[in-house]
Amino acid sequence: MRGARQVVAAVLAVVLVPLLLGTAEAAGIERVKKAGVLRVGSDITYPPFEFMEAGKPAGFDVEVAQEIAKALGVKLEYVNTAWDGIFAALKAGKFDMLLSGITITEERMKSFDLVFSEPYFESGQGVAVRVGDRRIRRQADLAGKVVGVQINTTGQAAAEKVKGVKEIKKYEQLPEAYLDLKARRLDAVVADYPVIVANAKEDGKFTPVRGLQIGEPERLGIPVRREEADLLAVVNKVVRDLKQSGRYAQMKQKWFGEK
Amino acid sequence: MDFRLSIFLEVFPLLLGGAWVTLYITVVSVAIGTAGGLVLGVMRVSRIALVRGVATAYTELIRGTPLLMQLIVLYYALPSVGINLPAVAAGITGLAANSAAYVGEIFRAGIQSVGRGQVEAARAGGLTHLQTMRYVILPQAFRLVLPPLTNEFVAMLKDSSLVSTLAIAELLRVGREVVAWKVNVFSPFAGVTLLYLAMTLPLTKLARTLERRIDPERRVAGQLT
Repeated sequence: MRGARQVVAAVLAVVLVPLLLGTAEAAGIERVKKAGVLRVGSDITYPPFEFMEAGKPAGFDVEVAQEIAKALGVKLEYVNTAWDGIFAALKAGKFDMLLSGITITEERMKSFDLVFSEPYFESGQGVAVRVGDRRIRRQADLAGKVVGVQINTTGQAAAEKVKGVKEIKKYEQLPEAYLDLKARRLDAVVADYPVIVANAKEDGKFTPVRGLQIGEPERLGIPVRREEADLLAVVNKVVRDLKQSGRYAQMKQKWFGEK
Repeated sequence: MDFRLSIFLEVFPLLLGGAWVTLYITVVSVAIGTAGGLVLGVMRVSRIALVRGVATAYTELIRGTPLLMQLIVLYYALPSVGINLPAVAAGITGLAANSAAYVGEIFRAGIQSVGRGQVEAARAGGLTHLQTMRYVILPQAFRLVLPPLTNEFVAMLKDSSLVSTLAIAELLRVGREVVAWKVNVFSPFAGVTLLYLAMTLPLTKLARTLERRIDPERRVAGQLT
């Protein structure tokens, strides 16, 4: 999944910490209900988690957000924000929570004083190759290869841990990496497995290496500001209810083509 | 190349919407920037050292730092002092503050290009410094700065793409969203490029026309007075 730009993150953390110390304790649920609207921040350029479909937000995360807003009895405002600085923006109070294909990491919790919900999605890093290219079957096959990643993502982190990779090229967006893959400037692209699967369906000239996962499994979560951790009770209940009712499986089938 | 005409045609209306936002943000920013730049330009030629110093410091600060950093400070850092600007407000503030610094320099050049003799004549005729500025210098300077002001507008139109980093749905950001949605780079970006051109070309033509009109070689006697 995607990660914060380290430098900007560090600078912003320094700038923002004084603010946090001065913030009064405010119950998140009460505040959101009073406002009558749940503001969810998301970089809506990451299908099938979230993307602008004909000018409107769509995707797995968007549906989860709708359920959370419904449980709170408020309207949903799905706010488009840039991935760069998304955690700082949450901290700065631009939104109430984030849903943006975000992997739960210790570092993010500490750096931005936020807390994550229970995992709502299990994922892992996959490998995309050109259709018909059978050179890469196992992780070790990436040795000596040129690998593309989206910048500052857990995909980049996973690729960096693979031994013997010839070069890692970092791209602003995955479609630019796929372009270089098709132009044979790359041998492989490392990114979230379900995202590769969805992207490959759109394009047709590259494909995920079936069954190959790079690095550790990852758990996605929904972060809120620490002082509004009470919101997570609602979020966690929504996720559990979705999973128990079978709705979750339907959503997964709809957006990822798998259960 | 992964250009596909079908995608290009499908997403063009969306991009057009982004172009409107780009135009809107640019017009508002340059309008505020021109007003601020006029004040700055006059301050820059002030006889009072403090006034001159303030204007110079502002101009150097803005021109010496990247617009991207200014936008990040406005949007992400200001909430720590209690100013929580929405993305569009932060974007326009940053662009306008930037524009003011550059327009200020354009006005300063315009003011200084008015002959010294005219200033002395005006002062000898009993006008105060500000009256000289208002009735003698600025009316002439305004005409001189029109072409560079138009160029500034073109530059801002392109620089406004930087506010895409605040996820404002202007032309570049909409283009990026379509790239992600369609998993296709060139079809949307071809549209983005064409739309920027469609906006800048008429303006650069206007700037050229204005330049010709104030060209001393070609202007008819009396046209400028």
